[in-house]
Amino acid sequence: MRGPALVLLAVILGLGNAASAQHDGHFSSVPAKDHARQNPLGAKPDVLAAGSALYRSHCAECHQPDARGDGGKKPSLRTPEVRTATDGDLEWFLRQGDLRHGMPSWSSLTQAQRWALVAYLRSLQ
Amino acid sequence: MYRISLAYSFHRAARAGLLIAGLAVCTAATVAAQEKPYFVTYSHDLEEPGNLEIETKTALARPQGSDRFGATATELEYGVKAWWTSELYVDGQTTPADSTLLTGFRLENRFRPLMREHWINPVLYVEYENISGADKTALEVVGHDGQADLAERNFNSRREHQHEGEFRLILSSNARDWNISENFIAEKNLGHDPWEFGYAVGATRPLKTALSVRECTFCAEKFTVGAESYGGLGDTWTLTLRDTSHYIAPLVGWDLPGRMRVSFSPGFGLTGSSLDRVYRVGVAYEMPQLGSLFRGAKGSVR
Repeated sequence: MRGPALVLLAVILGLGNAASAQHDGHFSSVPAKDHARQNPLGAKPDVLAAGSALYRSHCAECHQPDARGDGGKKPSLRTPEVRTATDGDLEWFLRQGDLRHGMPSWSSLTQAQRWALVAYLRSLQ
Repeated sequence: MYRISLAYSFHRAARAGLLIAGLAVCTAATVAAQEKPYFVTYSHDLEEPGNLEIETKTALARPQGSDRFGATATELEYGVKAWWTSELYVDGQTTPADSTLLTGFRLENRFRPLMREHWINPVLYVEYENISGADKTALEVVGHDGQADLAERNFNSRREHQHEGEFRLILSSNARDWNISENFIAEKNLGHDPWEFGYAVGATRPLKTALSVRECTFCAEKFTVGAESYGGLGDTWTLTLRDTSHYIAPLVGWDLPGRMRVSFSPGFGLTGSSLDRVYRVGVAYEMPQLGSLFRGAKGSVR
């Protein structure tokens, strides 16, 4: 009974590691369909205001209110990689997170909230 | 006399609740993530790393032919890693016509083995329980658990010590602003008893998913609604649904300012072994980045 359970656990953990290994390039494994997506909410002032409020409540505690990170494990969001990412890349990354490196998945936010965050991140660059 | 004192207690609790809600409304308008208002079911949402959530989950019910009781589990939930959440529960209960007592503690860990978001996301759950037979928090229903177990006098039931391991396979999906979660539960008394099995399934959705820019407390986007169903599936000695309890429970969650959340759920028993009704109330408060208070800030802001 114990043997098969350990094998199952090893397989699941192995899948997790394989999945995370693919994820190291942040946006390198974004599916083409997601990569091509544009923010349906645009960058209207009210969307930016909503995104700013969401950033303060969900992101600022780690990435700092000015989005420049803490100089340690919590990175700046004002980087060339974020600047050159598409809207779809950013929304995909928010949805996926990067659990291995401490970034939670924000799939629990509504789609509209994630797009508002994307618009706000864009406005910071 | 008993009814008067119970009504008075509820009145006091309601006043305290209103006071807490009032204070929360007056505090700075920051909101926590939209947590799911489940009481028995778990989704794949884990605590954010470094955050500590303090939550109370209270169950109010009256078993047939016995007295009303209120049982509370106080929970400390800490995000160790983005893929690992650890929790400590301290349980207690009060039966107004009987006694009030602490009933034990639980240590719980949840792990996400897959590091990316999938259509269905598995979470492995391992819990150790050291509780007495007087525990009535009913955070899970397994085996042939029934209202008869909750009807015993505290003096007798507290003598029974339960050292149990509980394992869950949590499968959960966030899709189109819905969350759908299924839990398969196996529980084993570390002494002599058989493995007991149970399930919990639930679905929730924010009442309003469109983006809102206004700061508000009572607006629709602050509320999450849904339902969960849970029950026992027998045990390895009698793997049958006979004399098992099953419940269906609508859910309402309300995100308050100041990182507080209130949840409410009236549960309805579906079988003769089930409680007729069980009312559950949850109050949660999240403390962000507690770990960094002890570690100090790393590096400097560039």
